[in-house]
Amino acid sequence: MTLATETFTFVADLVRKRSAIQLEPGKEYLVESRLLPLARHAGLSGVDEYVRGLRAIPRPIEYEKVVEALTTNETSWFRDASPFKALTDHVVPELIRERPILRTLRLWSAACSTGQEAYSIIMALRESVPHLGVQITATDLSEQVLARARAGRYSQLEINRGLPAKMLVDHFTRVGIEWELSQQIRREVTFSRHNLLHAPPAGGPFDIVFLRNVLIYFDLATKQEVLRRVQSVVRPGGYLLLGGAETTIGVDDAWERVPVGRSSVYRLNARRAA
Amino acid sequence: MKALVVDDSRTMRRIVSRILQEIGYETDEAGDGQEAIDLLEAGSVYDLACIDWNMPVMDGLEFVVAARARADWRAMTLMMVTTEAEHGQIVRALAAGAHEYIIKPFTPDAIRNKLELLGLIPAEETV
Repeated sequence: MTLATETFTFVADLVRKRSAIQLEPGKEYLVESRLLPLARHAGLSGVDEYVRGLRAIPRPIEYEKVVEALTTNETSWFRDASPFKALTDHVVPELIRERPILRTLRLWSAACSTGQEAYSIIMALRESVPHLGVQITATDLSEQVLARARAGRYSQLEINRGLPAKMLVDHFTRVGIEWELSQQIRREVTFSRHNLLHAPPAGGPFDIVFLRNVLIYFDLATKQEVLRRVQSVVRPGGYLLLGGAETTIGVDDAWERVPVGRSSVYRLNARRAA
Repeated sequence: MKALVVDDSRTMRRIVSRILQEIGYETDEAGDGQEAIDLLEAGSVYDLACIDWNMPVMDGLEFVVAARARADWRAMTLMMVTTEAEHGQIVRALAAGAHEYIIKPFTPDAIRNKLELLGLIPAEETV
């Protein structure tokens, strides 16, 4: 089944206005597959029919659902492994070396999805720097994923995706067919709804920001805007960790690329910091 | 890279073997712990063993204990791949010397993720 051009244009427009994410032509399959459950839920057979209804009678709550359905929530524990290694082997030791009085690390996990990234960070730091306090602010555009993140309950399939067995037995208990993360880990993360194009969240200034696999969805001007906002809440000398296909080079020269192992981290130039 | 897949289900052995082959492993298969021991005794060397728990003759946990007792097999990474999903069972397997644990059902990327964590294969950046 092919999606009508006006359906795609309407959805792409809506998503761009609300999340700044660009749905280029060619992403019709994505719109179709992500919105079909919403159409079915509304008792309709197809996405065209569903979107026609939305265009006829604007319904903000339904718009919200469309944007949520289309903003990718792909995530796993210790996703890509190397950023977490960079965090424990390089970034945190460097911050401690520069600031021996450091007692509590403040981190921001932006676009945190269902929370695996933020929780992976806490579990990793518990092992590598048990004496250090850690506070994480984790944000996402989607209220739905935030509710799941706060609950800290994961299915077997989610648990299998990258969570070391040792951490599973140390920090989780089995509840029915799911696994629940301990209260001790959960309480170190504060989840809140946040749009990367709005004023940065509370909880800063941050020593480290994880902003992974987000910028790839934005055009250059939006990337610059997002990085400018991130910069305003990062301590001078603080770090930014991006996805493997992302860089600040050519986007925002306030950041210095620091190669660590197979990946790179980005350090906010002290003199440029706000 | 060589891997040994130990499972009494031929279908499961095929599934796990195929995933490992796609990652780049050469694979052998054994239908229970004793068959796996026999292959090792005969001189086969593996970087990785994926081991089911419930099998006839010698189960997966017994195999892990036996394998960890042999200094010359110590370089082999042991990963349980099983339907046993109780917290206590996972603790037992790790205490016996298993390095990792995957609960069935699983997706192919779950195996890849674990091998990356163990440092057996380089991490692949995802987008």
